[in-house]
Amino acid sequence: MSEKLNSKRIGQFMMNNAIIIVLFVLMVVIVVLEPTFISVRNFTNILAQASTRTIFALGVGTIIVAKGTDLSLGRQVGLAAVISASLLQAPEYAYRMYPNLAQLNPLIPILLVMLATAFFSGINGIIVAKFKVDPFIATLGMMVVVYGVTSIYYDRPPYGAQPIGGLDPAFAKIAQGSLKLGTFQIPFLVIYAIIAVVFMWFLWNKTRFGKNIFAVGGNPEAAAVSGVNVAKVLIMVYVLAGLFYGLGGALEAARIGSATNNTGNGYELDAIAACIVGGLSFTGGIGSIAGIVTGVLIFQVIAYGLSFIGVNPYLQFIIKGLIIIVAVAIDTRKYIKRK
Amino acid sequence: MQEETTKDYLLEMIGVSKEFPGVKALDGVTLRVRNGSVHALMGENGAGKSTLMKCLFGIYHMDEGQIRLEGNDVKFTSSKHALDNGVSMVHQELNQVKSTRIMDNIWLGRFPTKRLFVDEEKMFKDTKAIFDDLDIKLDPRTKIKDLQVSECQMVEIAKAVSYNSKIIVMDEPTSSLTEKEVGHLFRIINALKNKGVSVIYISHKMEEIAQICDEVTIMRDGKWIATKFVRDISTDDIIKLMVGRDLTNRFPPKTNFPADVIMTVENLTAVNQPSIIDVSFDLRKGEILGIAGLVGAKRTDVIESIFAERHATGAIHIHGKKMHFRHPKDAIKNGVALVTEERRATGIFPNQDISFNSSIANIDRYVKRLSILDLKKIAKDTDWVVSSMSVKTPSKKTRIMSLSGGNQQKVIIGRWLLTEPEVLLLDEPTRGIDVGAKYDIYQLMIDLAAKGKGIIMVSSEMPELLGITDRILVMSNGRMAGIVNTKETTQEEILRLSSKYL
Repeated sequence: MSEKLNSKRIGQFMMNNAIIIVLFVLMVVIVVLEPTFISVRNFTNILAQASTRTIFALGVGTIIVAKGTDLSLGRQVGLAAVISASLLQAPEYAYRMYPNLAQLNPLIPILLVMLATAFFSGINGIIVAKFKVDPFIATLGMMVVVYGVTSIYYDRPPYGAQPIGGLDPAFAKIAQGSLKLGTFQIPFLVIYAIIAVVFMWFLWNKTRFGKNIFAVGGNPEAAAVSGVNVAKVLIMVYVLAGLFYGLGGALEAARIGSATNNTGNGYELDAIAACIVGGLSFTGGIGSIAGIVTGVLIFQVIAYGLSFIGVNPYLQFIIKGLIIIVAVAIDTRKYIKRK
Repeated sequence: MQEETTKDYLLEMIGVSKEFPGVKALDGVTLRVRNGSVHALMGENGAGKSTLMKCLFGIYHMDEGQIRLEGNDVKFTSSKHALDNGVSMVHQELNQVKSTRIMDNIWLGRFPTKRLFVDEEKMFKDTKAIFDDLDIKLDPRTKIKDLQVSECQMVEIAKAVSYNSKIIVMDEPTSSLTEKEVGHLFRIINALKNKGVSVIYISHKMEEIAQICDEVTIMRDGKWIATKFVRDISTDDIIKLMVGRDLTNRFPPKTNFPADVIMTVENLTAVNQPSIIDVSFDLRKGEILGIAGLVGAKRTDVIESIFAERHATGAIHIHGKKMHFRHPKDAIKNGVALVTEERRATGIFPNQDISFNSSIANIDRYVKRLSILDLKKIAKDTDWVVSSMSVKTPSKKTRIMSLSGGNQQKVIIGRWLLTEPEVLLLDEPTRGIDVGAKYDIYQLMIDLAAKGKGIIMVSSEMPELLGITDRILVMSNGRMAGIVNTKETTQEEILRLSSKYL
């Protein structure tokens, strides 16, 4: 009897922590095949690559907790990347989009693009909250609109559809630099991601707004009956996500060193996959910041680790896809009501 | 009699009327609740209790009438508005955010804050204080989804208390509680009473009324019938006042005659409890067997278990042959059909036409070679459904959504008849259908029984159970409380059986 209970408990534990276990097993496999994988350099590389993705996932994750989704994420990242890059080309660079533009403090364009993405995302929020359009549809439409806007901005004289490069070193350093702590080098990007994670954690867990997000996502009727302004909460959630996309988009441009109208394409699916694998649910009201971070890391470890041991990149797609499906299938089992 | 002043009453609803298209749901109802008392509101399903409460909370606009709280005229515009004025409701279906903690639910919409952040400590302390006051032993940090239904209910009551409610409406609060939990609930209610809070207590359970309530108001067919002190009225008198109506001409004459047994059900027990336990009965050819019981008696679970829609153990024999249904499809193949309760949710395909809705359950039979459908046969069968069920529709191509509820129900019953069932399971077949269409459905059921089908009908409406069935199986809290012959029984006996295992 007690043995049976124990095996049941172990099964339950495996079920509840399936994702962590998968991450752990993957690491073990990679380390067994290639023991040199364990190194500070690999570790910081993975974290640096995961950092902008973490910022995107935090944004869309908040929307998912509020029972929404956002397909326009990737295109908004592109918009932010293109605009910020165009305003921050080095003065000596020959192919500047604005040849006569003075050298700006990088913070000004970054704040500007955050406002731009907050605007488009806010419109998503209004469409979802006020016009009751399904978030999938609303943001699908916005995805296409924003791509159009970015392309019009991008493909103009004098140089047309050329990647916007030659970025101001001060801007590039924001993403490419790192903090030296003795022998350690902590990339700035990781620090930004940590700040974003801490900020979002406090917002989700400690503020009235955060609790309202969970209430609106978990049971909108109950929230409304208790006097929560459901529409306002939803719109604010989208605006907040937009601010994160803008910040992350500018950092992407600085990290890559250039931007095109296709920067950010497909990022929404990576971010949503990370959230879902991290335990957020499309039914709303369920999820944690730790889950989102785990979800992002798992994909980064797979991408980096599998490349490191020389797995065929196409095979990596198959593994990634299977992980998404298996993770969600296991997660869903927890919530199935048995008849 | 001495004139009673308004001062004695905390809440007064006077002459409340509410009309829906075609139905007078409330007709001059008066409810007056005294300070610090427990007031029972009783009546059959459909008597207008919920409608009256919805008028109180501003969910429905009343056409006529007046509401006074502590002598002042009030008109609430939303539940929240009522809540802020000390009038709250503990719903039968609890409106809670399941994924969050108890204290998050209680303070939702008014979280205490300290500078930027929510003051968790205050939230915890305040919740704990209310819980201690009400003798609720729950950790405020537990998530709602980890609670029992009874505990969720306690939380809702605590929430009402946290708003300093003067009046708390409880809608069938004990329908899912064990005896011990009911005892706890009653202690809480008494504690509230001592603080001067009044409770409006909606329930069907006679023993509870006698035990906890001071006064009782009885409603029937949307009308006020009587308000009495509980000590002055017997249980039998309450039941008589609740059900007293004539049943003439609401039902077609019975022309069916039960013959040989078609189906026997032995020891049917659901795998996932709480559900049905140990249900056994037989069904005869040409018989209409009713299943009665209170909300939460698991009536629907009985027919879902037969249909293999729900996992169950036990034996089912049809024509003496043992059946092994693992999937509803097996049941359909062996001549069993189920018409579900939630017509909108699980019955109709609203945007499809009548032809589609008639043929969908039977689609395997229309497949010709190369998986092509025999459209002529579908058209013929749809014609049969429309004519033999007398569906009132402009054409077969009309979307089912645009038909009335009664006509939709006829199409769905027709759909299942096309599978040529011998046993027809009907779950609340006349819910939400107007009186005329109800008669048609009854006629249809009696005709089908007369042609030798066996019919099981789950119903909450006592009159139709007594009006058209041959026997009635009464469920009580997941168990079978008994089977009675319709001709020899009374509503009182069925109500008594319904509360046998509570």
